[in-house]
Amino acid sequence: MATTTSREDFPLTSSEHIVIVRQAVRRRAVESGFSLVDQTKIVTAASELARNTLMHGGGGVAVVETLQNGTRTGVRLTFEDKGPGIPNVELAMRDGYSTGGGLGLGLSGAKRLSNEFSIETVPNNGTRVVIARWK
Amino acid sequence: MERIPILKMGSYLLVSIQVDMHDRLALQLQDDLTGRIAATGARGVLIDISALEMVDSFIGRMLGNIAAMSRVLDASTVVVGMRPAVAITLVELGMELTGVRTALDVESGMALLSTSVDGG
Repeated sequence: MATTTSREDFPLTSSEHIVIVRQAVRRRAVESGFSLVDQTKIVTAASELARNTLMHGGGGVAVVETLQNGTRTGVRLTFEDKGPGIPNVELAMRDGYSTGGGLGLGLSGAKRLSNEFSIETVPNNGTRVVIARWK
Repeated sequence: MERIPILKMGSYLLVSIQVDMHDRLALQLQDDLTGRIAATGARGVLIDISALEMVDSFIGRMLGNIAAMSRVLDASTVVVGMRPAVAITLVELGMELTGVRTALDVESGMALLSTSVDGG
């Protein structure tokens, strides 16, 4: 069972906040002993998901946690908004599908860059995406 | 307002991105560069991203846009100095920077620009 050893919460209401979240995730990944490639993967996934929260969810929060599971260390990121929700998650997870004028790589790309990925979305009530990457 | 500097050297424009860019700054660079290409008649644009610790789909798209816009304005673009970890992540993300020419470092990027501008 994974336990949370530390946790920080960040607002996501402007594009500067995406940068702040990226930097916090980088710090956590370095502290957790991630390789340079793994650091880059989770920071990039964080950037994609933070931007989704901002652009599609109308802003929200990001939670950055360090996890311990026995001897394994991981970083878990939660992105939550109170926006319109995603009507068709299966479609939204497809490469190249976009409603925001982007490239449609945000969700599918973030999933590929993570070890664990889950998404919960309720119409008119918001979306929560949780990812984790282990050392 | 915060801006990424664009240097002119002969018929080339040089940009070195040294900060962790937020989205508006990336869009600003895109606008500034196309404006400078048109104003100076530059034939080549070199963008150094060796200081960037990550390139996500937004920055990737900006690089693609700059390459496409400069092509329409009769200039060539080359992106240089991408870190290996960034390249690995970008491809796994699903972004292959189609249409963007790359070189390992500034020197080979300049060589690539001079052949495409003078020879083509």
